[in-house]
Amino acid sequence: MRLPYSEKVLDHFKNPRNVGELEDPDGKAVEGSPACGDMVQLTINVDEKTKKITDIKFKSYGCASNIATGSIITEIAKGRTIDEAKKISWKTASEELGGLPAVKAHCSVLAVSSLREAIRNYEEKHGIVKDPEPTSEKVVKRRLSHVMNPLTGLDVIRTNLITDIKITNGEKKTIEISVDLTEDHQFANNVKEEIKEKLEYRHDVEKVIVRFKE
Amino acid sequence: MNKKLIYLDNSASSRLDERVLEAMKPYFFDTYAVATSEFAYTLGILSREGLDEAREKIATKLGGTTEELVFTSGSTESSNLAIKGVVKAKQKEGNHIIVSKIDDFPVLNSARFLEREGLKITYLDVEKDGLIDLEQLKEAINKDTILVSIQHANQEIGTIQDIKAISEISQDKKILFHSDATHSFMRLPINVSKIPIDLVTISAHTIHGPRGIGALYIKKDTPIKKHIDGGFQENNMRAGVENIPGAVGFAKATELVTEEENDYIKNMRDRLIEKILKEVPATDLNGHRSKRTPQNANITFHYVEGESITLHLDMNGIAVSTGSACFSRSLEASHVILGIGGDHEQAHGSVRFTFGRFNDMNEVDSVVNVISDVVKRLREISPLYKKDKEQ
Repeated sequence: MRLPYSEKVLDHFKNPRNVGELEDPDGKAVEGSPACGDMVQLTINVDEKTKKITDIKFKSYGCASNIATGSIITEIAKGRTIDEAKKISWKTASEELGGLPAVKAHCSVLAVSSLREAIRNYEEKHGIVKDPEPTSEKVVKRRLSHVMNPLTGLDVIRTNLITDIKITNGEKKTIEISVDLTEDHQFANNVKEEIKEKLEYRHDVEKVIVRFKE
Repeated sequence: MNKKLIYLDNSASSRLDERVLEAMKPYFFDTYAVATSEFAYTLGILSREGLDEAREKIATKLGGTTEELVFTSGSTESSNLAIKGVVKAKQKEGNHIIVSKIDDFPVLNSARFLEREGLKITYLDVEKDGLIDLEQLKEAINKDTILVSIQHANQEIGTIQDIKAISEISQDKKILFHSDATHSFMRLPINVSKIPIDLVTISAHTIHGPRGIGALYIKKDTPIKKHIDGGFQENNMRAGVENIPGAVGFAKATELVTEEENDYIKNMRDRLIEKILKEVPATDLNGHRSKRTPQNANITFHYVEGESITLHLDMNGIAVSTGSACFSRSLEASHVILGIGGDHEQAHGSVRFTFGRFNDMNEVDSVVNVISDVVKRLREISPLYKKDKEQ
C-alpha cells in the first residue's frame, strides 16, 4: 500500500490514543475549519501546583491527518507544564508523525490550536490571564498564523499571502484583510472562509472583509 | 492482507475487459498504419476500415450516422470541443449559454473559461434530488442564448435529467443542446434519432473499454469550429493521428454491454443502498431514488469524514470515492453535493459507490459489513456524534 501518509500517521489514524472527553475538565476547546469541515475537541486537566497537564483527551471529526495529529498531540502534551505545552507547534507534531502532506497542513494544525485554546481556557478560568486583549494587528497575525497557505503548507503570514491588514478603532472593529490571490483561484474560497473563521468570533470584531487582488 | 480487491469506483474508471484488449491487439501489431495513409499503401486501407467500422458501431448505438461521430481523447476533450467549438462558431449570433451547476468539470470549466473571455453563462440550480427545474431553464433562455449544455446523468449522484424535455425546449427555441453522457452511455438508453440532441459526449473507459478514447456526436450541419488544429483527420474536426486501437476497443466495449448486465449491476447497487440505509444509522441517500444510473450509489454517513472512511476501507481492500473536501486536491467539497442543497457536512461524509461488470453480490455484503464497522468506530471519536445524541 502506497498511501501518501507515513507509517506513524497511519498507526495513529487506525489506533488513536487518548480518545474521548474528560468530565468537568479544567480546560476545553473546540477548533474547527469550515473550509475543510474538520473539527478537533480537546479537554485537559491541569495540576494546580505543578501546572502540568495530568490528563488530556481528544475527539476528531476529520480526515486521517486530523485524527493522527489529534492523537499525537495528546501524547506529546501529557505530563508537560502548560507553558511547555503552549510551545508545541504544528511542526513538532508533524515531525513526530514522520511528516504530513503539505496540502493537509490546515486539517492538522487544528489540533495544535485546539491545545493552545484549551490551555487559554484554563488560564482564563483560573485568573492566570487578565482581561481579553483587544484585537490588534499583532493579534490578527497570531490568529492568521493558524491559516495555512494550501499552496505551500506553511501559514499565510509566513508565506506573505496576506498583503495588508486594516483594523478600525473602537468597540466594534471592522478588519480588512488583503490576500495575494485572485478571486477565481482554486483555493481563494477556502482561504477566505478560514480567515473569517479565525477572526469573526473575537469579542470586539464586528466584521471581517477579505479582499483578493485584481 | 491477501483479500481480493473490491473495486467500487467504476465511474472514475473501470478495469479493461480482456475481450476488448483482444480486439485492440491487431491494431497495435498488424494494422498499425495511420488511416490517412489509405492512398499510399494497403495497410492504410486496412487501418481506415478498422477505424470506420468502429465509428459505425458506436454511431449506431447512439442512433446517429458515421459522419456524425468524431473520436477524441476522451469525454473531457469532447465536452471542450462541444462547448468551445459551438461558442466560436456562433459568437456572432449570441453570447449566452446555459449549463447546470452539477455538470462535470469539463463542461463547467469550459464555461468558466469562456466566461472570463466575456461570454454570459447561466448556471442552473438543481433540486434536492439533482434534477434541473425545466421552467427555470425556459426562463433562462433569452435572444442571445446559443447553447444549452445539460448532462444526461450525474457523475457523483447518478441523477438522470429529462433529456427529452430539454431537447424539446431547445428545439422549440432553436438553441443547440449538448449533453454529457459519459456516465449514462450504454448504461441507459440514449438514441438521438428518437430524442434529438445536437451534441453528445461519450467515453470508453467507464464501460470497461480503454482510456484515452472518447467521442463527440455532432448532428449533421451543427455549427461548430475545430478546437485542436493540425491535420485533417476526423472529417477535419479533430487533428492528430487517429487512436485506432482505442476506437476499436471502444466499439468492442459497447458491444459487450447488455441489458442483462445493466440489470445485474442495478441489483447489486439496490441491495447496497437498502442494506446500508437499514443497517447503518444516520445515513442518507444522495440523489434521486429511481431516476438514477444503475451503477451509482451515493450515501452520506453523518458525523464522520469521507477521507477517513475511504482510508479505512482501503485498508480492508475496498476502493470507493468521497465528495469530502479533504479528499480532493483542491480542498473543495463536492460541487454536486453542495449543488443539491447539501452543506459541507453532507459532502464531508458522502461516499460514492459505483458498480461494474466485475463486481458480485458477495462483495456487496462484505462492503456493508466493513463500512458499518468503520463508521461506528469513527463516530466513537467524533465530537459531533455525541453532541447530537445529547440533543
